[in-house]
Amino acid sequence: MLAHSRRIGWDWPFWALVVAATAAYLILIVALLAVDAAWTSPHQLLDSLESREIAFSIRLSLFTSTASALLALLVAIPAGYLLSRTQFPGKLLVDVVVDIPIVLPPLVIGLSLLILFRVPIPFTGNPPLRLNDVLPLTYTVGGVVLAQFTVGAAFAVRTMRATFDHLPRRPEDVARVLGCSRAEAVWRVTLPSSRRGMVTAFTLAWARSLGEFGPILVFAGATRLRTEVLPTSVFLELSVGNLEPALAVSLLMVLLSIGVLIVVRSVGDTVGGTHDRL
Amino acid sequence: MIVCENLQMSVGAFYLDRISLSVPTAAYATLMGPTGCGKTTVLESLCGLHRLRAGRITVDGTDVTNLPPGARGFGYVPQDGAMFPTVDVRGHLEFAPRVHRWPRTKVADRVGELAAALGIAHLLSRRVQGLSGGERQRVALGRAIAARPSALLLDEPLSALDESARDGMISLLREIQQTERITVLHVTHSPREAEALADVSLILEGGAIRPAL
Repeated sequence: MLAHSRRIGWDWPFWALVVAATAAYLILIVALLAVDAAWTSPHQLLDSLESREIAFSIRLSLFTSTASALLALLVAIPAGYLLSRTQFPGKLLVDVVVDIPIVLPPLVIGLSLLILFRVPIPFTGNPPLRLNDVLPLTYTVGGVVLAQFTVGAAFAVRTMRATFDHLPRRPEDVARVLGCSRAEAVWRVTLPSSRRGMVTAFTLAWARSLGEFGPILVFAGATRLRTEVLPTSVFLELSVGNLEPALAVSLLMVLLSIGVLIVVRSVGDTVGGTHDRL
Repeated sequence: MIVCENLQMSVGAFYLDRISLSVPTAAYATLMGPTGCGKTTVLESLCGLHRLRAGRITVDGTDVTNLPPGARGFGYVPQDGAMFPTVDVRGHLEFAPRVHRWPRTKVADRVGELAAALGIAHLLSRRVQGLSGGERQRVALGRAIAARPSALLLDEPLSALDESARDGMISLLREIQQTERITVLHVTHSPREAEALADVSLILEGGAIRPAL
């Protein structure tokens, strides 16, 4: 006991620094949430929810975030597996490229998407076809999903790679020796063990998609009742000086985010085995 | 019968050349050798987990050198058991027969037979996380032989067990090998295990396999 107190006594400057840094960040987050809540009355929040435009943006946000997160997971599982379990020439480059959407400014991603869909495709006649002629996504709901997917998938790939890095390879090897093809072994052994990682990857992609604004504004536009998602609503309300509705929508997004975190934590505690903890 | 002729294998910087061995049908062979000499690499190459640079492997007269791991007819127990974390004990025993598309009743019969033989019938609905080291190795052994493979490859399956559990497993391995009439290649660093189990005792030393004296 004495030794324990002595240890703490000696370490107090270290622990004071650690606690102070954590507390400072916590205070910042709580302050942000508190002022949002203080500035918005429940009445304003309900009024906002009853607005046709806001109700549309809530529905569209939930739909597009879910669709883009599912697409992100479909890409993240094979990409994460490839990066985790194989060595190949140019792997470092692939690794860097996959991370680009994480570090690129959001507006640049939107602009790049817009240009990609407007660039003429070679050898497609005169005038040449553009990608948007084949896949008309600019300024559409599909464009919202693509913009969200572009960023969200990068986070999902990172998460799935970390998940596979933490899973031992031997169970998959044993499954292969016992008669499975590689695909069967992954399906029967590796994927069930990585459920927790998949839930985390989906959630990160979903949460990121829900808050995405820059690429959507540039690539899909901010048209009311067409491509308006929750962050777009905040922007549109602020642009005409309506601070209260903007804050009400912000608060709604905060509540949705907290709800998602709670669901994910509880799901994460009930699925997966001992080896698949991130 | 397992026959390996002039195997050449490399894993990372590790390299083995002209590895040959022969284990007669239904014999129990042990492969010993100093730590780091490549025993596990030899076993994993036999399984098909590493691509051979040269050489030939036959199992009961069939050339399996270029077959994928699952088509070679081996059962395999790695050192740590490599249990499937999301599957219960019954799922482990059912695994290979189901992969090989056995009829449901045949799978159930086989699971019952193995559970009784391995003394794990009372554990069938348990997850593997809560099992003791000895219980886990019994489950891993059952999983490896459930689909009646031509040969069984064991990579130091007793190294993590305490003394009493090890003695029990030695008796069980011998009993199972004789009941199933299966060819076994067992990698170990323990002379005691080799002495208790081996019909054929081999040693990997200086990059070559020779009979142990």
